[in-house]
Amino acid sequence: MSATSGLVLERVALRLGGRRLLGPLDLTVEPGRVAVLMGPSGSGKSSLLAFLCGTLDPAFVVEGSAWLGGRALAPLPPERRRIGILFQDDLLFPHLSVGENLAFGLPSGLRGAERRARIEAALADAGLQGFAGRDPATLSGGQRARAALLRTLLSEPAALLLDEPFSKLDADLRARFRAFVFDHARRQRLPTLLVTHDPADAVEADGPCLTLDAAGD
Amino acid sequence: MTGLIQEAFRAAVAAGRRAARQSVSSSTGRPRGLSWIPALTLGLFLGPILAGLAGTLLPAFGVLPVLGATEPGLHPWRALAAAPGVGGAVAASLVSGIGSTLLALLIAMAAVGAAGGTRAARVLRAGLAPLLALPHAAFAIGFAFLAAPSGWIVRLLSPWATGWTYPPDIALVQDPGAIALTLALALKEAPFLVLMLLAALGQVPAGRTLTVARCMGYGPVQAWLKAVLPLVWPQMRLPVYAVLAYSLSVVDMAMVLGPTTPPTLAVLVLRWFGDPDLTLRLQAAAGACLQLLLVVGAIAGLRMAEAAIGRLARPWLVGGARGGPGRAAQAAGAAAAGAVLAAAIGAVLALAVWSLALRWRFPDMLPAAWSLDAWSRALPGLARPLANTLAAGAAATVVALALALGCLEHERRAGVRPAAGGLWLLYLPLLVPQVGFLFGVQVLLVSTGLDGTWPALVWSHLLFVLPYVFLSMADPWRSLDERYDRAAACLGARPARVFWRVRLPLLRRVVLGAAAIGFSVSVAQYLPTVFAGAGRLPTLTTEAVALAAGSDRRVLAVTAFAQAVLPLAGFALALALGRRRAMRRWMGRAA
Repeated sequence: MSATSGLVLERVALRLGGRRLLGPLDLTVEPGRVAVLMGPSGSGKSSLLAFLCGTLDPAFVVEGSAWLGGRALAPLPPERRRIGILFQDDLLFPHLSVGENLAFGLPSGLRGAERRARIEAALADAGLQGFAGRDPATLSGGQRARAALLRTLLSEPAALLLDEPFSKLDADLRARFRAFVFDHARRQRLPTLLVTHDPADAVEADGPCLTLDAAGD
Repeated sequence: MTGLIQEAFRAAVAAGRRAARQSVSSSTGRPRGLSWIPALTLGLFLGPILAGLAGTLLPAFGVLPVLGATEPGLHPWRALAAAPGVGGAVAASLVSGIGSTLLALLIAMAAVGAAGGTRAARVLRAGLAPLLALPHAAFAIGFAFLAAPSGWIVRLLSPWATGWTYPPDIALVQDPGAIALTLALALKEAPFLVLMLLAALGQVPAGRTLTVARCMGYGPVQAWLKAVLPLVWPQMRLPVYAVLAYSLSVVDMAMVLGPTTPPTLAVLVLRWFGDPDLTLRLQAAAGACLQLLLVVGAIAGLRMAEAAIGRLARPWLVGGARGGPGRAAQAAGAAAAGAVLAAAIGAVLALAVWSLALRWRFPDMLPAAWSLDAWSRALPGLARPLANTLAAGAAATVVALALALGCLEHERRAGVRPAAGGLWLLYLPLLVPQVGFLFGVQVLLVSTGLDGTWPALVWSHLLFVLPYVFLSMADPWRSLDERYDRAAACLGARPARVFWRVRLPLLRRVVLGAAAIGFSVSVAQYLPTVFAGAGRLPTLTTEAVALAAGSDRRVLAVTAFAQAVLPLAGFALALALGRRRAMRRWMGRAA
């Protein structure tokens, strides 16, 4: 099962202080597919994403295993997992300009003109031509969200995790940004896992969908 | 103790920044009752500082009518320039002040960065309250017992590593390079910066930012330095400036550990102020102004260095280098945290052992014979300083609590937002060097006949107790869920009843923590006690510092140990009272 090139969860369960928080879950997300995890708050969705990132509080007890592109994730530190994550807040760095935020995502191997070209291309992709020198605080919500996605994609992840990234946007913007994210994930053939409250997200994702119960209920 | 102080201090960073929630009870139509409290607080607070600065500035330019000096001029400055040792004193102040601040910042960042994960951060927090509560003088004396030629560290290494069978004739403390003072200051101030850093991290999405950076491939150290540190730095500025100002002008620690010929500038100026030759007062006032300039210059220099580093580091910030797993930095951080902890525990232990030692030959690790002799010799003389310390601490803390609570409650009822400049005002007594304005305050006290009286002593402590008490309560007070107030008001409770029966009980741990902090700040005050007490109101602190110049180590150890334990007892009491059950009993009686 772990031979697949996608993101695979095998019998993953999380416990906290002897209480089962989530799982056991089985899930396979093929490259270019968007899987959806739905559930009320407190059902452990964000903890599952933290587990996949490698940033879960050690107080949690984890059973089962997770694989990405045939590699087991557990022994790897977060920075070597190649999993990009997008949160509800865009978390653009306020101390850097928009262009510098994107540069932060780029690997260091790219230098000089090539580096600048990649940033310009990403800005154009996000509809932010000429915004490289701008302070992120001067951008609209939609612009910030797109910049945050492109910053993540420039770091060349092998999978994408989405922690309710649409929930703070208004309805119209939400649909457009969702399409923007799904489109990029599919084109770059990233296995993508979306955590959400919104049933509309699940419809648009058109991938495997899991629903969690509230923990302890 | 941890949650208490953490909760209490969380405010420090956010205070003034966060807007107060719109007050509910402003709609009950009685916002005015408390409006005199902020004005009174500011007056009590700024009055002495401004008057003190003026009272230092005028004599620095030759005007001190009580001594018959009325002719303005630059002669105090000429006398200052001609005084022996001023250059060396300034150098010693700069080296120890700037060096210790940078070192403390480095230690704090390494310790917090290495703690990273929540579990280690919790352990770190657990150690903070006692470290912060340890008075500077007691720590300095204990540090001297560790680092001196006959101290524990040399004993630990002798004779097997050093070959010494007698204490070596080297200046390991009070060294001319001010190394001992720099190290001790850094170790003592680092916990304050750790606390401020943890509080600042709580105000920004630090955890998720770190996750985002690490998921982009950044190693833990690089992710912390490039993504998280720039987020919290703006909130660290004031605390760092406060540490810098303090370290540049500290007196008690410098008297115990600093160089002697010449001493640091603050100590030299204090000597002139205390000189029987009254004409030295003018030169001392000029020296106090120079001290002020040093602090202002150092803060300005730090601000410029910060801007330059921000510019120069930009290519590195966005260059994309990911860094490694950072194990060396992790280890260094753990070592730094360990050093801070070991120095504090070692210092207090050294005090305890010396206070009980009868015969303790070099290089034995422990005394050959133990005795309570030093305690029985010291205790009769300690009774009055102990009573003074307790009384001054309790009085300053109670007044500070009343003023701070009054201001916060007024702010809530009147629905005013805390002004952004308010935070700077609160930090003012922590930024202005004590020696720069306390002489002016003393002149004022003498001319009103208040010097050496209780009100003067409590007031002088209040200047330093109030900022800490206010900062530690402001944020929890402002961010308490206003629905509690609304619910109580809807049940017919007047604002006063809401305050006494809802807000205070809900925030009791915060208030008790603030009280413990305030008390520990008062216990640690040296210079205000010297100036306002005029030698008639000795405290454990002034006794300990005075004894440090003498030769009776054992009585010194007893005094410093007592000074070290007192604030800890305050925290323990606050913790015990903060427990829910004790509170309920108290409420039951009150009802």
